[in-house]
Amino acid sequence: MRLEVADLAFGYPGKEVGRDVTFDLTGGEVVCLLGPNGGGKTTLFKTILRLLAPRHGRVAVDGQSIAGWARDRLARVFGYVPQAQLGIFPFTVTEIVLMGRTAHIGPFATPSRADRAIAEEMLATLDIGHLAERPYTEISGGERQLTLIARALAQQPAILVMDEPTASLDFGNQVRVLGQIERLADRGIAIMLSTHDPDHAFLCAHRVALLHHGRLARLGRPDEVITAESLREVYGVQVAITPVARADGRTARVCVPALGDGILPAHPGPPS
Amino acid sequence: MSPDSISALRLSLQVAVAATALNALIGIPIAYFLARRRFWGKSLVDLLVTLPLILPPTVVGYYLIVLLGRRGLLGRPLYELTGWTVAFTWYAAVIAATVMALPLLVRTVRAAIESVDRDLERAAYTLGRSELRTALEVTLPLARNGILAGMVLAFARALGEFGATLMLAGNIPGKTTTVPLSIYTAVQTGESSEAAALVAALTALSCVVLIAANRLGARAA
Repeated sequence: MRLEVADLAFGYPGKEVGRDVTFDLTGGEVVCLLGPNGGGKTTLFKTILRLLAPRHGRVAVDGQSIAGWARDRLARVFGYVPQAQLGIFPFTVTEIVLMGRTAHIGPFATPSRADRAIAEEMLATLDIGHLAERPYTEISGGERQLTLIARALAQQPAILVMDEPTASLDFGNQVRVLGQIERLADRGIAIMLSTHDPDHAFLCAHRVALLHHGRLARLGRPDEVITAESLREVYGVQVAITPVARADGRTARVCVPALGDGILPAHPGPPS
Repeated sequence: MSPDSISALRLSLQVAVAATALNALIGIPIAYFLARRRFWGKSLVDLLVTLPLILPPTVVGYYLIVLLGRRGLLGRPLYELTGWTVAFTWYAAVIAATVMALPLLVRTVRAAIESVDRDLERAAYTLGRSELRTALEVTLPLARNGILAGMVLAFARALGEFGATLMLAGNIPGKTTTVPLSIYTAVQTGESSEAAALVAALTALSCVVLIAANRLGARAA
């Protein structure tokens, strides 16, 4: 499965948020979208998922435009993990995950034993089987995020789109979610996520897209894209980037900002 | 109460129930489209649906005659094709009541739909539900209190409709004379006890509807 985003302009009726966005994504690959608040990350995701109509350009899967696809067909290809929010309805974790089967269930059918088995399997994959019967409204933010990932996996999608999956999680849960992302990519799923933390991009991404003022300022390998120069340009901060040995024997790059004099005014105006 | 009054009461209930059902059938989809879609001519639809609230009922009745009368824009082809005309039948009373009640239902239901969190609809979309099923399974159930309130308002308005009904359906005892028309006739002809009985019946009926709606609303909330 191959996702192609070509010359995409996106935004809301009457208001363009971004344009000229072109990239692709293949199975097993993790692309991390990095960029400041208001840079258009969520709007771009909504456009890729067709919650918003593209203003220009196209989104295609295996060469076929998704513009005319029915919602259930889209949901069998794209799994979406929104930012975990406080639940409104006290569904159990199992029920939430079963909702991921919606697109696979006939018009008037209820989830079958096979659907329930898939939901259980996804809970086990994410090590949250013990939460199965707990109400979604009463579990922690990290547990909610893992539940939403399990729900998206229950869709058995080829492409997983995750909007800041590590935001508002404690350190342990951030690491757990990043670990899951790596494992899911190893299973051949194409993953696209946004984050605010360059270190997370270094940890899990094969490629990084830097979205600034609605345009792809840079796109490429993490060590090419996340540089002292690019972060100064986009965030207005001075950083040092240095390789560190990880506890698992691999090497990671980390990004350490300078405080005080190194900080420039945030978000210099858009290029005119 | 005279047989004429009893028939007027029965007719009024029949017309109000039919008009409320038609309102739900037509008005809820209109309210949904006004609340959730952008389309060409949207402000025109909004204007047309709201006008009966502002215009005098006789003006609405006049337009309905122009549209549906025997020589009307739609009425003439219908008459030539079938030899039947809707004017001066109880269907005309239903149409008049429906048009007059529509703004109340559409405005109430539209506001209720607009207050439904769109992220809940988007969640259904990303899980693979079509817009129609999302509307039926997510949006409208969450807007049910507003829909109920709109239907109660529409029913009450339909029950009390006078001007447009008189214009399109006339005042034919036993056929198109609803309670408001019957009260008018009774007062005009000096049958004050008959008028008082109908006024009491309509007041009681309206109170029952309101109390029932409040109870339902309290349970749904």
